Amino acid sequence: MKPIAIAAIALTSFREAVRDKILYLLLFFGLLLIATSRVISWLTVGAEIKIIIDIGLAGVSIFGVLVSIFIGISIVHKEIEHKTIYTIIPKPIHRYQFILGKFAGLAITLLLNVIVMSAMLQIAIFLKTWSWNFPVFRACVLILFELLVIVSIAILFSSFSTPILSFLLTLMLYLIGHISYNLIGLAQKAPGTLLPILLKVLYYVLPNLENFNLKTAAVHNLPVPPGFVWASIQYGLLYTAVVLLLSITIFQKRDFS
Amino acid sequence: MDAISIRNLWKVFRSGFIPRRRTVLRGINLDVRQGEVFAFLGPNGAGKTTTIKTIVNLIRPTNGDVLIFGKKASTIDARRRIGFLPENPYFYQYLRPVEFLQFNADLCGLPRRVSRTRIPELLQLVGLGDRTQLPIRKFSKGMVQRLGMAQAMINDPDLLILDEPLSGLDPIGRKEFRDIILDLRDRGKTIFFSSHILQDAEMICHRAAILVNGEVRRIGTLEELTAQDIAGYEISIQGFDADRISGLGRIIATQDKTIFIQVSDQTGLDRALSEIPARGGQIQSVIPRRKTLEDVFMGEVQKKS
Repeated sequence: MKPIAIAAIALTSFREAVRDKILYLLLFFGLLLIATSRVISWLTVGAEIKIIIDIGLAGVSIFGVLVSIFIGISIVHKEIEHKTIYTIIPKPIHRYQFILGKFAGLAITLLLNVIVMSAMLQIAIFLKTWSWNFPVFRACVLILFELLVIVSIAILFSSFSTPILSFLLTLMLYLIGHISYNLIGLAQKAPGTLLPILLKVLYYVLPNLENFNLKTAAVHNLPVPPGFVWASIQYGLLYTAVVLLLSITIFQKRDFS
Repeated sequence: MDAISIRNLWKVFRSGFIPRRRTVLRGINLDVRQGEVFAFLGPNGAGKTTTIKTIVNLIRPTNGDVLIFGKKASTIDARRRIGFLPENPYFYQYLRPVEFLQFNADLCGLPRRVSRTRIPELLQLVGLGDRTQLPIRKFSKGMVQRLGMAQAMINDPDLLILDEPLSGLDPIGRKEFRDIILDLRDRGKTIFFSSHILQDAEMICHRAAILVNGEVRRIGTLEELTAQDIAGYEISIQGFDADRISGLGRIIATQDKTIFIQVSDQTGLDRALSEIPARGGQIQSVIPRRKTLEDVFMGEVQKKS
């Protein structure tokens, strides 16, 4: 009985996301960027393929992030704002099923989004090199997991604040997430006893999105340490799970008035 | 066991960055018996919707208990037996009625073989049988209300909780909705509805409660509520001139040779009954004028101010 309810909510939120014009707008610009990467690569001599991969992966990542933030912050908030939630919560379901269903619907949307964009990128690369590029595929897989982390953060913020505030907070965490790995180095150099502990705690609390960054490795065809991808996937899933748990805890207590 | 049992229910909202406390419900006690149609009345802002939202688990009580068929309102078991129609409902605009009802059936965990037959039945029942292909965004307010009623009945609940079910409907729609409610009552369902349209409530409910400023002021059957105080008596008199009535009562109408007067209490009635024959008039009828629900309602609301 429980999986049916989650699946039903996931399906409707997927339907809603797919009907959202912003998804197509962002997808269009992402694809446009990937397509023009080939044109831009003509400007350089010798390193065309690197430019295609660099711009292409940036496109998959940036437009994926924008889709996650924009749809993530609105998907729960809209339900409350439009009062569609009034007929859902009184049904014999747990509130956590609502959050999980919403998340699952968005995860499917993001999966499709990444598949379409990375397929486009592979085609662009294929037309240049006449072979598929595995490091790019690997980088795209990790981008997907990064997007899952971001969308869970967006859902968390949108479960208790306004869309604009959620947008700013999520964007901020995304930007911090790409420099937060510095905190661990800082903790080692910081004086005193309290400050290093504080910095370390901050490091573990904030998302470390550099864990999902294999773009440079893909561009320059650098070796990736064994187990890195798997560890990053585990990190992404764990972080997402914890953030969703937080959203659920907030959601359990809140009033819909 | 009562369908709904509310014990000492308090709700205090805290809102704003520096929280401000706003007490909306002040110790509500209420019992709704199985199989009855119960009207929950009160002016805007009295706390009707807050009470209802607490019953259906949209709002957590600050204090007190809400039991549904003996089970806490926050449990899944309690909600399995209820259907809820919110005030001015709003549904996913991009779905068609059948898709929307299927979604609700899935939330309730209904097997597909059940929902496949129930969905067309419900659409027929609420009068949307011929609109199954229209997306909800093209629905009129009355149609949305009908669809809302259908989703509330999707799990064949024993208790229906309807927040202002008759608002936003035209007179025909209201009549049809009343018929649906009465039909549900005949099938043994319990119906708890809020309303500010007293005439509608009067037509269909067994019992009613009047909520003012977060407190239940009056509760009882319609007779108990309205008969407690008789608003006066109407006496019709024949063979009498209007100018000879003086001092007996207020003339409310004259028709041919019949005069209708109104007296406000028992002493007035006694006096009129002895005086009128003495003055040469014939009393044709004496009708006690009971207070209408509206009189009782207005009385309670005005007590506050």
